[in-house]
Amino acid sequence: MTAPTAPVLAVVEHHDGRPRASALELLTAGRALGPVHAVWLGDPPDDAGPLAAHGAAVVHVVPVPTPEAGLPASVAAALAGLAEATGADVVLLASGFGAKEVAARLAHATGAALMVDASAVERDGEGRVVTTQQAFAASWTLRSAAQVGRAVVTLRSNAVRATPAETPGAAEVRVAAPARPADPRVRVVERTARPASDRPDVGEADVVVVGGRGTQGDFSPVEDLADALGGAVGATRDVTDEGWQPHDVMVGQTGVTISPRLYVGAGVSGAVHHRGGMQASGTIVAVNTDPDAPIFEFADFGVVGDLAEVLPQAAAEIRRLRGQA
Amino acid sequence: MKIVVCVKHVPDLQADRRFTDDGRVDREGVDGTLNELDENAVEAALRLVEAAGGEVIALTMGPDDAEDAVRRALQMGVHRAVRVTDDALAGSDAFATAAVLAAAVRRLADDGPVDLVVTGMAALDGLMSVVPTLLAAHLDLPQLTLAAELSVADGVVRVRRDLDHVTEVLEAPLPALVSVTDQANEARYPAFAGIMAARKAQVPVWSLADLGLDPAAVGGAAARTRVLEASPRPPREGVVITDTGDGGRRLAAFLAENGLLA
Ligand SMILES: Cc1cc2nc3c(=O)[nH]c(=O)nc-3n(C[C@H](O)[C@H](O)[C@H](O)COP(=O)(O)OP(=O)(O)OC[C@H]3O[C@@H](n4cnc5c(N)ncnc54)[C@H](O)[C@@H]3O)c2cc1C
Ligand SMILES: Nc1ncnc2c1ncn2[C@@H]1O[C@H](COP(=O)(O)O)[C@@H](O)[C@H]1O
Repeated sequence: MTAPTAPVLAVVEHHDGRPRASALELLTAGRALGPVHAVWLGDPPDDAGPLAAHGAAVVHVVPVPTPEAGLPASVAAALAGLAEATGADVVLLASGFGAKEVAARLAHATGAALMVDASAVERDGEGRVVTTQQAFAASWTLRSAAQVGRAVVTLRSNAVRATPAETPGAAEVRVAAPARPADPRVRVVERTARPASDRPDVGEADVVVVGGRGTQGDFSPVEDLADALGGAVGATRDVTDEGWQPHDVMVGQTGVTISPRLYVGAGVSGAVHHRGGMQASGTIVAVNTDPDAPIFEFADFGVVGDLAEVLPQAAAEIRRLRGQA
Repeated sequence: MKIVVCVKHVPDLQADRRFTDDGRVDREGVDGTLNELDENAVEAALRLVEAAGGEVIALTMGPDDAEDAVRRALQMGVHRAVRVTDDALAGSDAFATAAVLAAAVRRLADDGPVDLVVTGMAALDGLMSVVPTLLAAHLDLPQLTLAAELSVADGVVRVRRDLDHVTEVLEAPLPALVSVTDQANEARYPAFAGIMAARKAQVPVWSLADLGLDPAAVGGAAARTRVLEASPRPPREGVVITDTGDGGRRLAAFLAENGLLA
């Protein structure tokens, strides 16, 4: 096999001028496929250092001057232009409902294969892009190959562990043409960033503690355990419908899809809709008073017990083991 | 207002869902239903015509069993339904699906323009959530996807959508395409009258030829990806203990032993 030379574009997400965790994961995955270029939408990064460390040879900054220029069709058109200009044959994005829209538009515009929610991406002996995906609430694993020369792939967070490259990239910053509104008919009336929590983001965290109806609305044991583990707090649909937690942290097939290294479900029954969004997690731990709760059928470790007792004790013990008590 | 709502027949979430040896969703002998999330799409469409007048047409692409999906939509109250099917469609990817649905929407416009296309946010089999976007691209309609709230007034459609870190309100003039989330509404249960009407309704079936589409452009052979391998994941070999006063400490010990406290 000849070494691939076509660049790989990794569309990196960022917040407050700094790359999100998913950005470094994308670069790590991308550099295994070819020379990786970061694509940074919006105002330029404060510091391209972390992108360089994770192997970015180039950072394409694509200004987004208006809210309409940030809509999926507009971003996709800008990315199609960059793919054309650089000759990139793979574009990587972090999975999420918004990103899937960008990916679909981009694949439509460029004739590329579309592979969403991948848990791994590689090239086969002929250089074709091959992805691994989980289906049916992660009860099946699929491997698929692109049948055309270009592929747009969305990668789940935590699918790869972000690791610095052996040789850092140059991260040469190039400002590209700004994204422009692709559809003059669509108007953004309002765009509000929702406040971020002090805890890690549920979609990105490598540890997530989910509380269900069994909390009866008292999330303090769930938050305590999440903090002891340095993790994020998640919730089931019943919890967000009750207004006990914001909708943003709902885990499941219509909420956030997560695959953290460690998932802890407390007072969560394990309904199929919830499973669809978390069953690809590395290790699954459940605490539930009902020994017949479905979650025990797919947990690696389960405790039949009251979360109000078990979680605080676990949190205290974890702090002690970590020498933080 | 004339609304087309796209509905898909998918394997029941509670059934033993599986793939065939050639990597397609196994639809034989697995109970199927109307994709739950498409009930929200049907509901949204019905509410709009109940308020403003007009008709709702349910559209599906799929084999004979898929008629159940449009029957369910008819029971809920849509006025008529059509199904596209063709042997050449087996193994179609999202691009082919969108191209076919787009051609069917165009044909439905023969007897009067379509004002709005409504879809669900995702089909619960593949959970791809890309057909609405591709359909909007094919039909060159403004795309207002993932609506958690939806309204139409004075020929303008407005949606609120919650993305990962932002909430947006978007507006566009009709005609447009909207996909709705399960937050958008609570889908109704069919009433007796709807069940009776659905029983009598004829569901026309259209082939690729009826839509003037080339069979070579759809189906497994035209798909841009190919499944190499589909394998059931081995069940997890879990341990379940009962808390007798030290459950929390044992949980912590399990995490420590498995390197999860690092
Ligand atoms: C179209 C559709 C989409 C949906 N999408 C999602 C989704 O994306 N995400 C999602 O989560 N849900 C979703 N749902 C809802 C889903 O079907 C379940 O209803 C929901 O996940 C159940 O939440 P739960 O586990 O918190 O509550 P329950 O099912 O009520 O379970 C509560 C559990 O807590 C246990 N318990 C009670 N007290 C205690 C205690 N003191 N200590 C420990 N355990 C206790 C009980 O034994 C029980 O097992 C969807 C539903 C529909 C119809
Ligand atoms: N075969 C189909 N027939 C009709 N509508 C479909 C079909 N496939 C997808 N859709 C519509 O597109 C939405 C998203 O599907 P998907 O992109 O496959 O997750 C669904 O909720 C349906 O409204």
